[in-house]
Amino acid sequence: MVFEKIREIIAEQTGKDVSEITLETNVKDDLDADSLDLFQIINDIEDEFDVSVEDPEAIVTVKDAVDFVESHK
Amino acid sequence: MISTRVVATAGYVPEQIISNDDLSKIVDTTDEWITQRTGIKERHISAGENTSVLVTNVAKKLLERASVSAEEIDLIIVASVTQDYGTPSLACMIQKEIGAVHAVAFDVIAACSGFMFALSTADKYIKSGGYKNAIVIGGETLSKIVDWTDRATCVLFGDGAGGAYVEASGEAGIIREDIGSAGDQYEILTEGYTECANAFNDKESSIHPKWYVNMNGREVFKFATKNVAKSIKKVLEEEQITQDQIKYFVPHQANVRIVEVVSKKLGIPFEKFYINMDRFGNTSSASIPMALNEMNEKGMLEAGDLVVLSGFGGGMTWGTMLIRW
Repeated sequence: MVFEKIREIIAEQTGKDVSEITLETNVKDDLDADSLDLFQIINDIEDEFDVSVEDPEAIVTVKDAVDFVESHK
Repeated sequence: MISTRVVATAGYVPEQIISNDDLSKIVDTTDEWITQRTGIKERHISAGENTSVLVTNVAKKLLERASVSAEEIDLIIVASVTQDYGTPSLACMIQKEIGAVHAVAFDVIAACSGFMFALSTADKYIKSGGYKNAIVIGGETLSKIVDWTDRATCVLFGDGAGGAYVEASGEAGIIREDIGSAGDQYEILTEGYTECANAFNDKESSIHPKWYVNMNGREVFKFATKNVAKSIKKVLEEEQITQDQIKYFVPHQANVRIVEVVSKKLGIPFEKFYINMDRFGNTSSASIPMALNEMNEKGMLEAGDLVVLSGFGGGMTWGTMLIRW
């Protein structure tokens, strides 16, 4: 559930297809996202799950984002 | 009911143009990197003209374009974070240069929202009934407070000034506004810090590192995208109009990516946002009036058009105004 939603957010921001995004995907390297794409992905995740990401640098892969949300919800 | 109408606009930028390639010679950056992340291609950088020169040029053009004499001016308000002096205000320096002997003149500080705050202030003075007109200007020489060795910030800013001559009118001009401040977040965007050094303490009087523009990019990006979208939405809802009734949105020209997010959040076509940051960079309080003036000079605005101006900036602050042209 969390993964599906995060995948949608990342797909929308990067313009990629959801099928290209797995837990192992490195958002920056695999999806050509730059720092501002990452800001926006994190902002959307914060809004969607009502969490606050203090250290955006710690989120590298899709799994990092999913784990963060699941442990902070 | 008295309203405040924009009668004339003007802009002025220093001649010297610095391209992204020029910057790549002094800091480790590239045209591609800057363009992709900011939408900025070049900016005007002062060859020595201070902010007072820029804003005075705008004031002179405004008098000419509005066909009013300096003696008739009731109010001069300038928004800036890069004044020549702590005192006098830039507004008083303009007053001297143009000879607006009857005007009340002062500056306001609200960083990149500065023009919105200045225009809002002028609107209140005019609505009070005691003032019939005002010169309102945003002007900056940000080049003097940028750290030219910091590639994260020095690529973003430019110098320039823009302004409007406004008048009391029976017809609606400034229709609605939403301005606000979030001082609890002031630390995410600062400049111009000086230590309280004096003869009776051991503080250093040399330039403090926080003299230069200092910002937390992610937090500013977040503040901007959330608050600009919220503020525009609020103004439209309160006026009970929809975005398709608005001819143009004139956003603060900080970063094209912020405008893209706001456009998407509000479902407003990106083409309705006027963009000129590619040629001027972020000129703080000057950006909105410079953009409005450029649109006016190009003949893009017709009497009766509804236009939304919206800025955000240090403080933190934001301001949105719905005006009828």
